Amino acid sequence: MDRVPVLKIGDILLVSIQIDMEDQVALQLQEDLADRIVATGCHGVIIDISALDIVDSFVGRTLATIAAVSRVLDAETVVVGMRPAVAITLVELGLQLPGIRTALNVELGMDLLARERGDDDGDDGDDVEGTDTPAVSTP
Amino acid sequence: MTLSVDEAARFAALLEENQDALVAAWTEQVAATLRGRLSQAELQRQTAELRRGFQQALAGAARDLSGESTAELRAQLAELSASRARQGFSATETAVSVFALKEAVLGVLGDYSSDAATLKDYVAFSSFVDQAALFTFDSYVRVREELIADQTEQLLELSTPVVKLWEGVVAVPLVGTLDSARAQVVMERLLQTLVDTGSPYAIIDITGVPAVDTQVAQHILKTVVAARLMGADCIISGIRPQIAQTIVALGIEFGDIATKSSLADALRYVLAQTGRKAR
Repeated sequence: MDRVPVLKIGDILLVSIQIDMEDQVALQLQEDLADRIVATGCHGVIIDISALDIVDSFVGRTLATIAAVSRVLDAETVVVGMRPAVAITLVELGLQLPGIRTALNVELGMDLLARERGDDDGDDGDDVEGTDTPAVSTP
Repeated sequence: MTLSVDEAARFAALLEENQDALVAAWTEQVAATLRGRLSQAELQRQTAELRRGFQQALAGAARDLSGESTAELRAQLAELSASRARQGFSATETAVSVFALKEAVLGVLGDYSSDAATLKDYVAFSSFVDQAALFTFDSYVRVREELIADQTEQLLELSTPVVKLWEGVVAVPLVGTLDSARAQVVMERLLQTLVDTGSPYAIIDITGVPAVDTQVAQHILKTVVAARLMGADCIISGIRPQIAQTIVALGIEFGDIATKSSLADALRYVLAQTGRKAR
């Protein structure tokens, strides 16, 4: 069965989805990711969907579940690299991705996560980051 | 009424014998309608060519305009109407270029004995010319429609630029009415630019949009939501006082989308958002 690799970069887990998200793949990814977050103690998850042509309600729900699970394990999830065509289709269908943060690309996603952590660590006195976030969570 | 073979041959001979007189009369007729917008020499050349086309078609025993022998004449007529259409002449002015041949032929015919046979010949020939003129008109309309389609496309390209205002900030100045087709183009182009430039902010400036109704608002909202899904934020700017009144009167909700009255305000807002980060 196809598996989606989970890469660790610093404090972030990077998941690049290059294959069709079928039920089994999605469930496996969900499990793998939860395991890896606990094993590595990472505080950020970036899911790159720039290779996905189709994002339907199932994929949307999977992403939302992953985000929710990660949040429970104290890791923020950012979905990056959504194609314009995918975004347009989602809007036309009236589908939204509730509870999911998005960014244009991996770099901006890492920025966003870094800023989030910066805000959280504000009490430590090293708060040099702004409080505003350019990338927004979807309504 | 179609031309019989010997009628066609007689006319071919007639066109050949009186070519100078015909071309002169014909050119004069056309020149009168075009009122000097084409030079005499140019017209002379065109009519001379057309005369040769007609003469060859008739000599080839053409009964109507669909045959093999009239292929060249059809090509000439198509070319004539295409050039007339591009130069902005009206349909009448284009058709007259062909119809004038009838008058010219009548002038030449006057020299011959006018009996019933000649009259019959002339009516048959006249219907042949009518077909030619109708064909000209068809080609004229086709060329004009192509022109209009091309221009519409160019206008669409022209009217939806996406410009980079600042590092990480792009703007779309919308000018003109926003219909579904344009809204689609704007949305696609904006989202693609966001991806290409990696800009997390986009400003949609509607200063040039004459009216905002629910339809237009719907299009703008869709664009904003799509951009948000991709991880970029949109600000709407350039809302004129009347437009603001209309928006409220129509009960359009922009929700948590930032709206600013001018492009400068929108840019200041975005820079304030990113400012602390940049420092």
